[in-house]
Amino acid sequence: MKQLIKMTEKYTMPDARGHFGPYGGMFVAETLIPPIQELNAAYQRYLDDPDFIAELDKDLQYYVGRPSPLYHAERWSRELGGAQIYLKREDLNHTGSHKINNTVGQALLAKRMGKTRIIAETGAGQHGVATATVAARLGLECVVYMGAVDVARQSLNVYRMKLLGATVVAVESGSKTLKDALNEALRDWVTNVDNTFYIIGTVAGPHPYPAMVRDFQAIIGREAKQQYFDATGRLPDALVACVGGGSNAIGLFYPFIDASSVKLIGVEAAGDGIATGRHSAPLSAGRPGVLHGNRTYLMADDDGEIIETHSISAGLDYPGVGPEHAWLKDTGRAQYVSITDNEALDGFYALTRMEGIIPALESSHAMAYAMKLAPTMRQDQTLIINLSGRGDKDMQTMAKREGIEL
Amino acid sequence: MSRLANTFEALNQAGRKALVPFITVGDPYPEFTVPMMHAMVEAGVDVIELGVPFSDPMADGPVIQRASERALAHKMSLRRTLGVAMEFRRTNQHTPVVLMGYLNPIEAMGYEEFANAAARAEIDGVLTVDLPPEEGEHCAALLKARDIDPIFLLAPNSSAERIQKMDAVGSGYLYYVSLKGVTGAGHLDIDNVKAKLEQLRANTRLPVAIGFGVKDAITAKTIADLGDGVVVGSALISKIEANLDNPEQAKQEIIELLAAMRHAMDNGV
Ligand SMILES: Cc1ncc(COP(=O)(O)O)c(C=O)c1O
Repeated sequence: MKQLIKMTEKYTMPDARGHFGPYGGMFVAETLIPPIQELNAAYQRYLDDPDFIAELDKDLQYYVGRPSPLYHAERWSRELGGAQIYLKREDLNHTGSHKINNTVGQALLAKRMGKTRIIAETGAGQHGVATATVAARLGLECVVYMGAVDVARQSLNVYRMKLLGATVVAVESGSKTLKDALNEALRDWVTNVDNTFYIIGTVAGPHPYPAMVRDFQAIIGREAKQQYFDATGRLPDALVACVGGGSNAIGLFYPFIDASSVKLIGVEAAGDGIATGRHSAPLSAGRPGVLHGNRTYLMADDDGEIIETHSISAGLDYPGVGPEHAWLKDTGRAQYVSITDNEALDGFYALTRMEGIIPALESSHAMAYAMKLAPTMRQDQTLIINLSGRGDKDMQTMAKREGIEL
Repeated sequence: MSRLANTFEALNQAGRKALVPFITVGDPYPEFTVPMMHAMVEAGVDVIELGVPFSDPMADGPVIQRASERALAHKMSLRRTLGVAMEFRRTNQHTPVVLMGYLNPIEAMGYEEFANAAARAEIDGVLTVDLPPEEGEHCAALLKARDIDPIFLLAPNSSAERIQKMDAVGSGYLYYVSLKGVTGAGHLDIDNVKAKLEQLRANTRLPVAIGFGVKDAITAKTIADLGDGVVVGSALISKIEANLDNPEQAKQEIIELLAAMRHAMDNGV
């Protein structure tokens, strides 16, 4: 399955040093240069290694449960009265989201590199759970950093991680959310570089992470392309995915980048509304800068200090975004829009009541945008939405909003 | 010759080592910094590293993180840091000042504008933690064109090839991070530092300042014997944190610690 490397013909980003035009790169402290070079060498080597690819494929099939279905949401499509909506069911993966595609891949790399200790950052806890899961399976020590605010709002996932044998560290610095968890994981990594593998959960961080995580997540788009083609003999008209760091979105988009007829639409979290400043939409309302090892769009003030973000969904509550999305935005290949907390809730309820599928609050942002877009399209057109995760982890948040004590 | 090169040259001829304190600008409040800088010079320091506060100090331990948070609460910024340096220069023409911080504030200001403003403030060196030479050649060139030394970090796991690279793009001095970890960590291993310094010397002729893990007069003396300079940061900032209700007391304790280090470095403990 050489596809892992050669998925696009014309589009060849990033360059050898991890640059997507002016974005990406390797902006890290000196102590991290050797482990990043070591990781890059291993990644380049194993993506070309039939034995590694075979092991990964096997895990994706029998452990993750792939391929995930491409489901035609006929009732919802009819109700909205426009494009045919298809859902890529990443919510049906083991552990409940797309995050496991990447953690399975990185954990196999860690094993081949002889690392005995795994660390990760997490926002919603989905990546933390997916990491704790693969660490348990491989018998590796696992430490997950999570902002104290997120620990409180995603307590179910904290419990899952602990059950799986991981140590969960509540990070009390800064805004106590995902970006601070990432800072703390980087601090752990510089301290324990010799035996530790850092599994980053999204297409952020220094090179090779943005490219590597994309390549592991691209299974989403590869399957969707094949499944849709098998069913219709055509390509879809548009793809929609929510964007936190951007891994589920790039995973869906990447195999379609060369197919210029397919519209790529990323949905950021507008929180209380872009105008209020309380949002997590760097592509829609941020500016280029450098954070966590790469250059990308960021939410920062005039002095370059990172500003606090807000979203109802912990998984989108991040002031940066993967550098490849910055590049796709600037080149116009993808388009980025935003959805408020309240609109996301509409998406959440719509999918739940129309199709009997409870989406994660992150994914609900993509649903909400599809509700706006589908009616503007013809009935013979198709929209594929990435249903990146299931809503089980958000039951407490939702019940609380409705005034219900669980 | 740059003020930094002069300073290290003069120390070298006198058979002495540089004492280099690091404080975060604007901690615990903006007006504290300039008098603190002058007092440190009186206590015998040779170069001052000014930490530019940043919201996400990824390479720093809790002590410097909290210093950054206190300074940011007073709206300290890169621009205001340059103002502080300029004020210090008005009455001190000889002590080199090095800015140490993260890249994003420079990105926000613009590289060229930053280089110009740093030159106006008579900054002597700039150390940007998350700007390795691969990404930093443009910035280093802008600084060098204005006689400002770009200073790079080296770590225990840096290869000979890396050291040569830093030697080529860096100037002023190289900053050797004596341990794998964040600032303020406590596991300094003298034998490792000693072995690494031999490799550094074989690959660069720039002066080497050693930092991370220097806590007291004894560690300062031990480290000084191995390199050309000793950087002390968290140990000083801890004094500020322990005396937030009495900054003058903090200042006094910082001066005493630096004077003890100076004495130990020059005369033995
Ligand atoms: C279900 C789900 N979707 C999306 C995201 C956002 O991450 P990304 O943009 O990397 O896909 C998360 C992150 O926690 C998530 O749990």
